[in-house]
Amino acid sequence: MEYLKLLGIVIVVAGFALKLDSILIIILAAVTTAAVGGIDAIGFLEAFGKGFVANRNITIFILVMLVTGTMERNGLREASSALIGKVKGATAGIVIAVYGIIRGIFGAFNVGFGGVAGFIRPVLIPMAIGTVEKNGTEINEKHLEDIKGMSAGMENIAWFFCQVLFVGGSGALLVQSTLATLGYDAPLIRLAAVEIPVALAGVGFGIVYYIIKERRLRQKYYNKEN
Amino acid sequence: MAFFTDPEITVMTKLLEIVYISIGLICIYTAFKNLNDKQNPSPIGTAVFWGSIGVVIAFGRWIPDMINGLLVMAMSAMAIFRLVKGGSDNSPSAEETHANFEKTGLKIFIPALSIGVFSLIFALIGWNALVGTGFGVIVAIVIMFLFSRKNTPKVFLDDAARFLSIVGPTSMLPLLLAVLGSIFTLAGVGDIIADIAGRFIPQGNVNIGIIVYALGMVLFTMIMGNAYAAITVMTVGIGAPFALNYGADPVLTVMVALTCGYCGTLLTPMAANFNIVPVAILDMKDKMGVIKNQVLPAIFMIVFQIMYMIILNKAV
Repeated sequence: MEYLKLLGIVIVVAGFALKLDSILIIILAAVTTAAVGGIDAIGFLEAFGKGFVANRNITIFILVMLVTGTMERNGLREASSALIGKVKGATAGIVIAVYGIIRGIFGAFNVGFGGVAGFIRPVLIPMAIGTVEKNGTEINEKHLEDIKGMSAGMENIAWFFCQVLFVGGSGALLVQSTLATLGYDAPLIRLAAVEIPVALAGVGFGIVYYIIKERRLRQKYYNKEN
Repeated sequence: MAFFTDPEITVMTKLLEIVYISIGLICIYTAFKNLNDKQNPSPIGTAVFWGSIGVVIAFGRWIPDMINGLLVMAMSAMAIFRLVKGGSDNSPSAEETHANFEKTGLKIFIPALSIGVFSLIFALIGWNALVGTGFGVIVAIVIMFLFSRKNTPKVFLDDAARFLSIVGPTSMLPLLLAVLGSIFTLAGVGDIIADIAGRFIPQGNVNIGIIVYALGMVLFTMIMGNAYAAITVMTVGIGAPFALNYGADPVLTVMVALTCGYCGTLLTPMAANFNIVPVAILDMKDKMGVIKNQVLPAIFMIVFQIMYMIILNKAV
């Protein structure tokens, strides 16, 4: 009968895999686990309310939003595109790499430029196409497809591995509270510090890989002009 | 009020509570804004959602646990029944942002960086990092007001409400998962998984524990599409009994396990927001076109992080 307690985990794994509503999954899993574990309705509400208040620190991102939107209004996106444009004689691969570096640095400060919809499509892809078409060559369709894939990949890699450098990011706060329930103390500054080599390796590998890959694609599609 | 005048409570704890009250008030502002928004198709549901979150965050310390629990259930119900919607769109036009950029230029990076800088400084001198984040936000607001008098408090509040509406109920996932994790632990779920896994994982070898934990994070994240969901389950079931109990450093091992989970995110169509939605936004032909460009970096990072954890754990 002890194994019934695993029902909550089964619900989480199956629920996310089946793409059910995430909050529904969590509430169902919590109710099931509590019921199987012999916790009554009042006890469950108390545990849930207490847990929510104890983990309020994860909502710090809402305070940051107080400036995120207004920074966009004040031209943050235009400023970052001006910064990337400062690199002269760039190839598409280098444009993507420079974006990755800037995205990573600002990601570590919990600042974004609008992601795929807000920045990559309207700003980065046209810049990358411009590096190819400035000599009068029309861009190859397959080349463009990979430029898009690499740009979205650079966005994900830089954001995933650099957001953890922000002291007080959601990921670190979740790890902190997970460790707290297990009885371990985890200072936010150490949680960020252990990720420094990971962030450098991730962004470093990403930019080298995409620069090399994009150079090969150019040689393949445009008869080794470069 | 007794809380703020009590000399027994440290200044940092009081300041942190003010940070929470501010966060709660932003949510409550979002609730009222949507309630009065004629263009919102679901003004009441949206207001209940943000309002109950706001009350629990701002005043939860003084509210009985059970009432907090009820408020969180009310919030969850609004999300589950899809009653949380965005209202009228007040996003800036391209003309407006261009004109502002002409005026402010690259100086806009100063307030952008101030939040992270103050979080870091506060953490380094041993103060509360989140109070530092709050201080950085205030500094950023003041700097932006100095750049342009058009940046009034109402502009900041309305833009925050706009961004909250964009992220919507999904933004509550990490917090709810943390609560779920604590309920798992309370019910003793970890012990049972550890018991089962113990039949397959050799006991007493910290390196094997780390490898299984890291690969488990990758796999579970690929199945669930969400590393936050994976970390709570995997840490309680595998990380704690098979790595931490044998001497692996908790901060290093669990934090890097989370970024191992992110490698799983890079590899799975289940993480639709990151891997499938961009395909549509960018008009790509191959549905897996983003994931294909992430396979090699993800594999490299899995190997790198496992080696990093094993080597550093030896050194500590």
